[in-house]
Amino acid sequence: MEDKVVEIKGLKKAFGDLKVLQGVDLDLHKRENLVVLGKSGSGKSVLIKIMVGLLRQDAGMMKVLGQEVSTLNTKALNALRLKIGFSFQNSALYDSMTVRENMEFPLVRNVKNLTRGEITHKIEELLDSVGLPQSINQMPSELSGGQKKRIGVARTLILNPEIMLYDEPTAGLDPITCSEINNLINEVRERYNTSSIVITHDLTCAKDTGDRMAVLLDGQFKSIGSFDEVFTNADDQRVKSFYDYNFIQS
Amino acid sequence: MSEEEDDKKPFLSKKFDKFFTGLANAWSFVRRFFSEVFLPPYEFKEIIHQCYRIGVESLPLISLTGFIVGIVFTNQSRPSLTEFGAASWLPSLISIAVVRAMGPLVTALIAAGKVGSSIGAEIGSMKVTEQIDAMEVSATNPFKFLVVSRVLATTLMIPLLVMYTDFVALMGSFLSVNANEKVSMSTFFVQVFESITFLDIFSSVLKSILFGFTIGIVGCYKGYNSNKGTEGVGQAANSAVVISMFLIFIEELLVLQVVNAIRGM
Repeated sequence: MEDKVVEIKGLKKAFGDLKVLQGVDLDLHKRENLVVLGKSGSGKSVLIKIMVGLLRQDAGMMKVLGQEVSTLNTKALNALRLKIGFSFQNSALYDSMTVRENMEFPLVRNVKNLTRGEITHKIEELLDSVGLPQSINQMPSELSGGQKKRIGVARTLILNPEIMLYDEPTAGLDPITCSEINNLINEVRERYNTSSIVITHDLTCAKDTGDRMAVLLDGQFKSIGSFDEVFTNADDQRVKSFYDYNFIQS
Repeated sequence: MSEEEDDKKPFLSKKFDKFFTGLANAWSFVRRFFSEVFLPPYEFKEIIHQCYRIGVESLPLISLTGFIVGIVFTNQSRPSLTEFGAASWLPSLISIAVVRAMGPLVTALIAAGKVGSSIGAEIGSMKVTEQIDAMEVSATNPFKFLVVSRVLATTLMIPLLVMYTDFVALMGSFLSVNANEKVSMSTFFVQVFESITFLDIFSSVLKSILFGFTIGIVGCYKGYNSNKGTEGVGQAANSAVVISMFLIFIEELLVLQVVNAIRGM
């Protein structure tokens, strides 16, 4: 299919004796928000780290924007990385730099011939879009968890990515901030025409942001479909308990 | 014992395997530095920033330590020389000791403690909080930005700090000599410069470059390969200092042998 931006087939990854991914198949379509759910340590983050070449698979295929990631040389991999935005679980803001410097960092290294004014304009525009225009000169240590997440997302958007990868975007945040982050994920898709993979074990986030859900259990996707398809008629007891825990607890 | 279990058994012992694997990893880290240092893009801004942090911000500590070393060494040497009626040799003795050994060693040991630990902790903390991964996924070479810039900065700044320490230690020594032997500044420094040779200065600079490189590369290697969360950051900072100091003494010994061999020719 032409609208597939990510194509994964038979992907395997192990760390020593620990087999994390055991033949994963998955597709991400253009302008789709796909949510990957699973227990902690089930290999969700490993999957997206293979996607950006931070880890290498042991077997199987990982095609991103038509290119097999494991066969790319450094130059080609970097060119591909510019089209992928990666929002880290703990935001990964450079803590020795201000918000402005954090956002400048990827921009000045990858886009040549930008004037000072153009850089500032781009940064201000993105900070505005994540609702934090006043934070431009703050240090990461002065920001709250939710603000850090937003700045992290803004930093990845500065290179106009086609695909966004969100690693646990709502982990450790209060319900109101979680809801703001969920809205931001949807806004990013609308405004920047991105396709997204959202890694989470927060079902509220999954329901609010995802077009499709994929549940990773025992190193494979056990069920893929809309939220209702996956959870309403779940056969697997673990998928059911995932739903029960999230919604009964809340 | 099954064949599979036999395969998992370490070749010598776990500690030996770990030691040699670590050595091989460190060697490939050093090789990577030399393969990347001459290739663009060059992070000039970061190199200058690191030079400032390593050089200028170390000045107060280096000044105080160098000055005290000069005074203490002069005061400790005086009784022995006076006993033999050779108190007038104090400036010569101090200059040779400071330029040949004490200046480079004191500076390197202080820098290993201050700069080496800070590099190890900073890069280690960036590693465990995924900041290095974040650089990598934004198509920036974190090795070039973090490692090459810091190693170049320590390699450039430690020789300058050593020269500064030599000067400050000699000034400390002069104050002591002036107060006790009533020697003027010009007489003191004429004796100082008469005693040291080009080889002394050359070996001092060579050692300082080696020490600077060692402090930078060990700090970066330990930080870059740290794991186990915050505990790993502490370990990286600690082992950066311990290993740097150990290597500094070994390098001192090796350079001394080479210089003595040259001197004897």
